[in-house]
Amino acid sequence: MAESVLERVNGNERLLRRGQLVNARLLIDTGEVSWLVAIVAGRLASVTRGPFVMPSWDFALRFSGEGWQRYASPDPLPGFNDLFALMKKRLLRVEGNLHPFMSNLFYFKAVLAEFSQAHPQ
Amino acid sequence: MSATLNATFEPVVGRYLRMKLQGRSHRIYVEEAGQGIPLLCLHTAGADTRQYRALLNDARILQHFRVVAFDLPWHGKSSPPEGWQDRDYALTSRAYLDTILAVADALALEKPVAMGCSIGGRIALHLALHHAERFRAIIGLEAGAHVDPYYDLGWLHRPDVHGGEVCAGVVSGLIAPGSPDADRWETLWHYMQGGPGVFKGDLHFYTADGDMRGQLGAIDTRKCPLYLLTGEFDYSCTPEDTLEVARRIPGAEAIIMKDIGHFPMSEHPQRFLDYLRPVLEKIRLEKIRGA
Repeated sequence: MAESVLERVNGNERLLRRGQLVNARLLIDTGEVSWLVAIVAGRLASVTRGPFVMPSWDFALRFSGEGWQRYASPDPLPGFNDLFALMKKRLLRVEGNLHPFMSNLFYFKAVLAEFSQAHPQ
Repeated sequence: MSATLNATFEPVVGRYLRMKLQGRSHRIYVEEAGQGIPLLCLHTAGADTRQYRALLNDARILQHFRVVAFDLPWHGKSSPPEGWQDRDYALTSRAYLDTILAVADALALEKPVAMGCSIGGRIALHLALHHAERFRAIIGLEAGAHVDPYYDLGWLHRPDVHGGEVCAGVVSGLIAPGSPDADRWETLWHYMQGGPGVFKGDLHFYTADGDMRGQLGAIDTRKCPLYLLTGEFDYSCTPEDTLEVARRIPGAEAIIMKDIGHFPMSEHPQRFLDYLRPVLEKIRLEKIRGA
């Protein structure tokens, strides 16, 4: 499955163009599973499944289990279709150095959308 | 309307209005089209009158309504006041109300219908409370009494983050998933073109100064009808927020719009107009009945 999101992102030329200045380690916590995503110049260098003993990351997206399930569903209901919608409902918390995230929102929203398709559970 | 083989002018006319607002000289950009009952349109935070492009081109509405939209100071083609570089912009309820009434007076709009979206929807509630007698009807789009900030607004204006990218990135999810791509990205383009700190300054009104909780019960719809239209995919002003407003204002009519988000007139104009036309028709016939 990890190859799938790698292919989805790394094969998307427009997305790579958007993320060309992104170099970051991102932790995605779906409530049940944690993933570490290493990004180099917008390209996903690696996607590693947890659990982790001492994960090192720049910023983390921590979903509640319900938040991830609803966000990752094929047609999310109103209020669950965007990261900021989940933040407003307190179903997602963003932690760490937020600069890479906030200065590349279109990129990360697209990466998370791809990730949710590849890892709906 | 004049045309060549491959080019057509829209019926929209844009002009600049020179006027004083809060004692300072301003250059305000105004667009209008159509004839009849004045319909004064107010754009969302951090955007401009281009959001009303479909409404300003809708032949059926233009037949009975003079549709007028203006860019708030600091927005679109309206300039900020002289000396803007020495202060931070922050919209207040008082300044917002004064600006709307001053523009309506300057254009000699007689008993206009006011329609605003988001911050415009919020100020519509203020208009209904404080100036109902001046309006034929008031339409609040994506109107709620209050929104608590759900992200750090500081990110919207800092020199190490591209303002256009972050403002559009923040609001992008407020557009319904099924809205047409062309209109989605046109809407986001407007956000990408906002001046530094302007969206953030508007949100001062939206998240703090413009709080209407506790005042809704004083709105009297017998003086001025109030319509509230909200998109089901709006998580900023949710359908529940709007229904709560309607519940607290006797006589207010609320409509929840399917497959629409926070920017109905801009993100999915044709679907929105299907909801708006019957409301405008009701307002138009109401006037005839009362004439």
